[in-house]
Amino acid sequence: MPSGVPDGMFPAARLAPARWLGEDGGTPVPSGSPGARIDEWHPGSPFRGAGDIFAPGAEATGAALAIALAEGSPRIGPGRDVPPPCSDERPFLWVQDGKALKMGGRPYLPGLPRDLRHRCVHVKTRNAAEALFALEEGIRCRDLAFVIGEIAGNPREIDFTATRRLVLAAERHGVPLWLVRLDARRDLGAARMRWEAASAPSAPSSWNAQAPGLPRWRAELFRARGTRPGTWWISRQEDGDGHGRIAAAAASDGDLAGAAGDQPLAAAAPER
Amino acid sequence: MAIWLAQLAINRWRRLRRNAEDAPLREGEGEDAVPVALIRETAHGPRIDALNRAAIMAGVREDVMLADARAVCPSLVVHPADAAGDLAFLEKMAVWAQRWGPWSAMDMPDGLLVDVTGAAHLFGGEQRLLADAQAMLASRGLAARLAIAPTAGAAWALAHHGPACAILPPGEDIAERLSALPMAALRLDDDVLLVMRRLGLKRLGDLSGVGREALVRRFRNRRTPAANPLLRHDQLVGLVPEPLLPVIAVPPAMVQHRLMEPIRHLPLLEVVLRDLAAALVRELEGRGHGARRVDLACWRVDGEVTIRRLELAAATRDPAHLCRLFSEKLQGLEAGFGFEMVRLTASWAEPLTAAQVRLGEAENEQGTSLAACIDRLSTRLGPDAVRRAVPHASHLPERAQRWQPPLEPMPPAQEEMVFHHRPLKLLDRAEPVEVLYATPDGLPRRFRWRGALHEVLRAEGPERIAPEWWHERGTTRLRDYYRIEDGEGRRYWLYRAGLVGDGRGGLPQWFLHGLFA
Repeated sequence: MPSGVPDGMFPAARLAPARWLGEDGGTPVPSGSPGARIDEWHPGSPFRGAGDIFAPGAEATGAALAIALAEGSPRIGPGRDVPPPCSDERPFLWVQDGKALKMGGRPYLPGLPRDLRHRCVHVKTRNAAEALFALEEGIRCRDLAFVIGEIAGNPREIDFTATRRLVLAAERHGVPLWLVRLDARRDLGAARMRWEAASAPSAPSSWNAQAPGLPRWRAELFRARGTRPGTWWISRQEDGDGHGRIAAAAASDGDLAGAAGDQPLAAAAPER
Repeated sequence: MAIWLAQLAINRWRRLRRNAEDAPLREGEGEDAVPVALIRETAHGPRIDALNRAAIMAGVREDVMLADARAVCPSLVVHPADAAGDLAFLEKMAVWAQRWGPWSAMDMPDGLLVDVTGAAHLFGGEQRLLADAQAMLASRGLAARLAIAPTAGAAWALAHHGPACAILPPGEDIAERLSALPMAALRLDDDVLLVMRRLGLKRLGDLSGVGREALVRRFRNRRTPAANPLLRHDQLVGLVPEPLLPVIAVPPAMVQHRLMEPIRHLPLLEVVLRDLAAALVRELEGRGHGARRVDLACWRVDGEVTIRRLELAAATRDPAHLCRLFSEKLQGLEAGFGFEMVRLTASWAEPLTAAQVRLGEAENEQGTSLAACIDRLSTRLGPDAVRRAVPHASHLPERAQRWQPPLEPMPPAQEEMVFHHRPLKLLDRAEPVEVLYATPDGLPRRFRWRGALHEVLRAEGPERIAPEWWHERGTTRLRDYYRIEDGEGRRYWLYRAGLVGDGRGGLPQWFLHGLFA
């Protein structure tokens, strides 16, 4: 056990085995069993537990994708199926460690999505160990809608055990956690979904051809439980009252035409 | 009983000053030997609030401008008056004065009224009671005038305008005994006193010489007692009741344990703390309150006191929550030879109604509440770590949001402009970037930030934000903000500080201020 992690672990024997709800949503399919069906990820995939997003530190992709995923995926309640309330007014927690804060700045209220603006509770921690503590406390709070963490680099405290703790707590209490790892290499982690994301050319703007439009990200799901890995162009679309939902299109390296839209192909093609 | 602290402000000032033996100043000693004035600031300059005896002897009067007083007495030493401190002192005095009677009221700005009905015999009669009060107040360096009378109004009149230590026994004709006192003894406003003087009514006895009907008609639309001399006179005589607002001390909820054996180990202290927390919660529950701030004080055998303070985000009555938060604070507590007494005080409590206890196992099953979560975070990470952004009315981006504790209510704010695009994250301090542009006032072509080169593909702008001239100096430059998307789709918020030839410095500099989603 790393020293920074507080005590008060749950006895492992009392935990229900991790489950994954399939497409039909009704019967839980144990993901380890040979008969488990492997689905493609799609924007309506229900999610429970914790996910990782690896993102570059010089852009806000990680946090934006975390918000889009946390807000857009239907949630599975702990032990019972709770339909997501249409207007969720619970606050959410945004934890940043000192390095991440210096690297990418802090959340900016006028720039947050409209239905999340008044709900953001920001936690600033000095180091990754404190950030882990804050994340775990957040997950265990029933009054939070979701928890977002931003941690820079690969600190020693974030190992497989620590992430496993977070995943189990998130599954137990039904509060989704999206942990953004800024400028980190892919290390060992127990997260249920692991994404690698970077910004992509934005959709064409409806009013000004020269202006950046609706933001898009290219996200690679490189490891997931019960879901086939793949790459998608993801964007967050907002309806009239500010509630967001994810739109995604599958992407492969050769498939740029769909992503480019009506802009020049060279402008849309990331050289990666 | 009425107590008039005639020189409250100057007596308090003297109490707070130290003489050579490090005791409060006595009259005419040390700093008090020279003329001293306490002043308050007014719209027309400093004005004198209170004076010591030396200043009065020098001819200075109260309530004159300081400049006029300096002309009379050039050696006048000036200190600021402390009206709020005097009021707080008077409030404490009102509670302290309950030693002579069951309840007391404040009489602004410098008097006290104590109800001593049926209590005088405990001090050996009214004479002895007054003597006792006079001695007590004098030993605290307070000049006081005291009087006892059947009604509060009569006692006040005697204390302010009667002989020293006057006693008006019950059963006497109050109106007749007090008829020689001046009209100011009725506690009237200045303008009403002026009217009475113009009417030729100077003493209380004059009121009975005039036909009452005439006075009733003269003051028919004055409802407040301070503006109606007849009402005041009736109160003084006792024909009309005079409600007073008593001062009631509310001691904070406090529990303590004296320990038979001094404890030196943390587990034992935690057990004691758990008992204390349960007792404190019972105490708070009886009052219908929840704790917002709790102080833990531990007395060591050698007399040292250690205090640990806990502030909570919302009122709570959960002993387990309190214990858990304190266990963070108990680390590094120096026990020495052991603690012999532990005390828990809820120094700040708020009303909290009884709530349904959750069914089942509370925390492990259902999770914690938001307030408990915030308490735990701010106890461990510091009070400034957990905050919430609130909008603030400013056009400058870095001032458009402020941070406040998360459970405080949102301040009212104007709706933002929907068509303004704002970045998801804002850098704490805008970072300078090197920019390549076609024209100095135009769009950037390419820029270098943190060593990496970014090619600008799409841009929107400028959105011009002028400096807030009512906050800033005149040389502050305006900002032209651009939304930029580079070749890899990264979206930034850049601004140029100033324009070429705006006369506020050389070539404009470029900064990167925010990161878009």
